[in-house]
Amino acid sequence: MTWINAVVQGVLIGGLYAMFAAGLSLIFGVMRLVNIGHGDLIVAASYLAWAVVHATGLHPLTSLVIVAPLAAAFGYALQLGVLNHTLGKGILPPLLVTFGLSVILQNGMLLIFTADTRKLDAGALETGSFALSPGVDIGYLPLLMFATALVVIAALQFLFYSTSLGREFRAVSDDREVAALMGIDDRRVYASAMALSLAVVAVAGVFLAIRSNFDPFMGPGRLIFGFEAVIIGGLGNLWGTLAGGVILGVAQGVGAEINPGWQVLAGHIAFFLVLAVRPRGLFPRIS
Amino acid sequence: MVEPLLRVEALRASYGDARALHGVSLELRAGETLALIGANGAGKSTLLKAICGLVGQNEGRILFKGEDIARRPASRIVRLGVALAPEGRRMFPSLSVEENLILGGKARRPGPWSLESVYALFPVLKERRRQPAPAMSGGQQQMCAIGRALMSNPELLLLDELSLGLAPTIIKDIYELLPRIAAGGVATILVEQDVTRALATAERFVCLQEGHVSLEGDPAEHSRDDITRAYFGT
Amino acid sequence: MSALVSRATRASRVAGLSALGLAAVLVSAPWWTDIATERLIGEFMVYLALATLWNLLAGYAGLVSVGQQAYVGFGAYVLISLASLAGWNPLWAVPMAGLGAAAIATPVARLVFRLQGAYFAIGTWVMAEVFRLVCAQISALGGGSGTSLTPAAMKLVAATRPAREAAIYWLALALGLGAVAVAYLLLRSRIGLALTAIRDSEIASDSLGIRIDRVKLAVYVLVAGLTGMVGALVELQKVRMSPDAAFSVNDWTAFVIFIVVIGGIGTIEGPILGALIYFVLREYLAELGSLYLMILGALAILVMLTAPQGLWGFVQRRFGLSLFPTGYRVRGL
Repeated sequence: MTWINAVVQGVLIGGLYAMFAAGLSLIFGVMRLVNIGHGDLIVAASYLAWAVVHATGLHPLTSLVIVAPLAAAFGYALQLGVLNHTLGKGILPPLLVTFGLSVILQNGMLLIFTADTRKLDAGALETGSFALSPGVDIGYLPLLMFATALVVIAALQFLFYSTSLGREFRAVSDDREVAALMGIDDRRVYASAMALSLAVVAVAGVFLAIRSNFDPFMGPGRLIFGFEAVIIGGLGNLWGTLAGGVILGVAQGVGAEINPGWQVLAGHIAFFLVLAVRPRGLFPRIS
Repeated sequence: MVEPLLRVEALRASYGDARALHGVSLELRAGETLALIGANGAGKSTLLKAICGLVGQNEGRILFKGEDIARRPASRIVRLGVALAPEGRRMFPSLSVEENLILGGKARRPGPWSLESVYALFPVLKERRRQPAPAMSGGQQQMCAIGRALMSNPELLLLDELSLGLAPTIIKDIYELLPRIAAGGVATILVEQDVTRALATAERFVCLQEGHVSLEGDPAEHSRDDITRAYFGT
Repeated sequence: MSALVSRATRASRVAGLSALGLAAVLVSAPWWTDIATERLIGEFMVYLALATLWNLLAGYAGLVSVGQQAYVGFGAYVLISLASLAGWNPLWAVPMAGLGAAAIATPVARLVFRLQGAYFAIGTWVMAEVFRLVCAQISALGGGSGTSLTPAAMKLVAATRPAREAAIYWLALALGLGAVAVAYLLLRSRIGLALTAIRDSEIASDSLGIRIDRVKLAVYVLVAGLTGMVGALVELQKVRMSPDAAFSVNDWTAFVIFIVVIGGIGTIEGPILGALIYFVLREYLAELGSLYLMILGALAILVMLTAPQGLWGFVQRRFGLSLFPTGYRVRGL
C-alpha cells in the first residue's frame, strides 16, 4: 500500500513541478531563451507572497491577486530592459545574463529576508484530506495544486493556440523578420511572454511556499526540477511538460520510499534515463 | 510637380556578406508598377529589404510619402503602407493559412483588402484556410504570401522573386491576377528573374548591376540589347 | 611584394619572456614569502586553472557548462578516497583524480551532449547534482557531512608543515600555469584550428569533414581531466571537505564564469585578467558579503550587455594587442 501511496503523492507533486516547468517551456517556445534565474524567480515570488500576506493578512492563495500582476509587470520590464538585448547574439549572452540574475536574486533575498526558512500558512487547507483507499490519503492541498496545474496548462494551451497574442507568440517563434513585416514589435511580444511566464511563476511560488519551508537558496533546485519536467515531456509540448512533471514526481516518490536519501537522486536518474532512451523527450513537438 | 510615393536617394546598404547597394536612387509614383531587374547578387532583394526596414545598416534616404523611413523598424514601416511578399514566401509554419492572413492584417490600415476579398482573389486559400501553411504547394504559398501582404492594405507592395520555383501554369495564373491588385491603386515593385514577363507587366523598369542602377525607363523605349547589356554588364 | 606570415608579434615575444621570468619568480616564492601569501597565490592558481579550462569549453568549443563542479568534487573525492582509505601519498592521487575524471567524463558526455545550447548547460548542472548526491551516500567518507584528510595522509605529502605548504603551492603553480600552457598549445594545434573553424561556422566545418562531435568530446574530456586534478588540489589545500562544498556551483562555476566573462571570453589572456580582477575585487569587497556577490553578478551582466568580448577584448580591439597569439597575422615586408 505504501508503494501505491508513494506513486499517488508523486503524481500530485508532479503538478507543482509542471508549474515550475510551464513558464520555462513557454519562453523557450517563444524566444529560445532558457532562463537560469527561473527557479530564483519562483522563490522570489514566494517571498513576495510572504510579504504581501504579512502586510495585508490575506490568505496566501488570495495574495495571488497582488503577487501575480506584480510578478508579470516585473517580467515585462525585465525582458524589455535587459533580456531583449541578449537575444540574437548566440547562446552565451542570455545564458550568462540570466545566470548573473540568479546570483543577484539569491543574494538580494538573503540580504532582505536573511537565511531563515519561512513558510506560508494556508490554514485548514494544509491538513485536510480524504481517504482514497485504506493507506492512501489525498490531501486537499496536493489535490488543489494538481488541479491548478491542469488549469494553468490548459489556459496556456488555449492562449497559445486560440488567441491573437498566442498567434503572435507562434509567429515570432517561427520567423522574427517576417513577423516584423506584419507590424509585430517582437520586443513587446517577448516581454508579454516573459510577463506570462512570471505570472505562472507567481502561482508556483505561492504553492511552493504553502507546501514547505523555503529559503533564498532553493531556486536552483526548482529550476532543475522544472527543466527535468520540460525535457522528460519533450520540448514545446505543454501537456508533455505536465506528464514530465508527473514522471519526475513519481520517480522521486518511489526513490524516497526505497531510501529517504534517494528522493532527488531518483528524479535525476529518471531524467537521464529518458535522455538516454528518448533524447527528444517522451512527447516532443518542436523539431 | 507631384511628390512621388517613394523616393530612394543615394542608398547604400548591405545585407549578409556580398549583396550590397552602392548609391541607388529611384522614384515611384502612386499606383505605378515598376519592374526591378538584374542578375543574381545585383542588390534587388537588398533594396526591397531596405525599403521595408529589414536592413539595419544603411546610408542615404528612403522617402515614403515624404517621410524618411530609412532607419525605421520594419514593424513601423508596414503601418505607413509598405508591404513585402518575401523571397521564398516565408509562411509562418506553425500558423494555419487563415492565421497567416490575419497576421498580415495586423497593421489595421483601412482599405479594400480583407479576408473576404483576399479569398475572392485566391479562392484556393479559402478551401485550405484551416490547414497549416506548410501543407500547401509552392504556388498556393505564394498566393498566401501575396494575400498576407495585401491584408495590410499597402500603398506600396513589394513582390520579391514572384515566380521563383513555381510551375509555369501557376506563374501564369498569378500574373493574370496582378492587374486586379493594381486596380485597387496600389503601387508595386516587382522583382523577377523572368525579365520578359516582368517588362511586359510593368510600366517602368529599373535595372541593377552590382549595386548600381545601370539602366531605367519605359520598357518600350529601350531595345532588348540595351537591357541585356545593362543586365549583364557586357 | 613579399609578405611574412607569423603568429608572433613584438608584444607576444615580450610577453613570452616576461611570462618565463614571472614563472621563475613564482616558483621561488616559498623561499622569500610566508605561508599566507603562498596560500593566496595557490588559490589564485586554482581559479586561473578553472577559468582557463572553462574558457576552453565555452569560449572555444561552444560547450557552455555550468556543471564543472562535478569534476572538481569528483577529483576531491578521488584524492580523499585514495589517501584516507587506501593510504596513498595524496600527491600520487592527483594524477589519478585527473585520469578518473577524464574516464567518467566520456560516458557523461554521451548523455549531456544530447542536449543543445542552454539545455546542455542545465544538463551538466543536473549531472553535477547526481555526483554530489551519490557522494553524499558514501558513509565511509562521512556521508552528507563529509570528512577530512587524516594527519597521517598529510604527513605523506611532506613531513614538516613548511615543506608541505611548499609542495601544495608548487602543485597549484603547476596546475595554474600548466592549464594556461595547455590551452595555448591546444589552440595552436590542429584541434585548435578545428575549434576556430567550428566557432566560425559549424555547418561549414561539418562539410569540410571536421568531426565536430569528436573535437568537442576531446576538449570536454581533456578539460574534465584537468578540472579533476584541480579538484584534488583543492582538497589538499582545504583538507576538510563536504559534498556541498566539493560540488558547490557557486564556488567552482559561478565565480569562474564571472572571471571569464569579465576578463574576456574566447581569449587566452581574458581568464588571466579576469582572475586578477576577481581577486582584487574580493580583497576589497568580500566583507560586503551578499552585496559583493550581487555586485559581481551585476558586473557580469553589464559586461555581457555592453562589451561581450570582456575587458581583454576591449583592450585587444583598442590597441591591437595580443600577448598569446593563437591565430596568424600577415605582415607586408
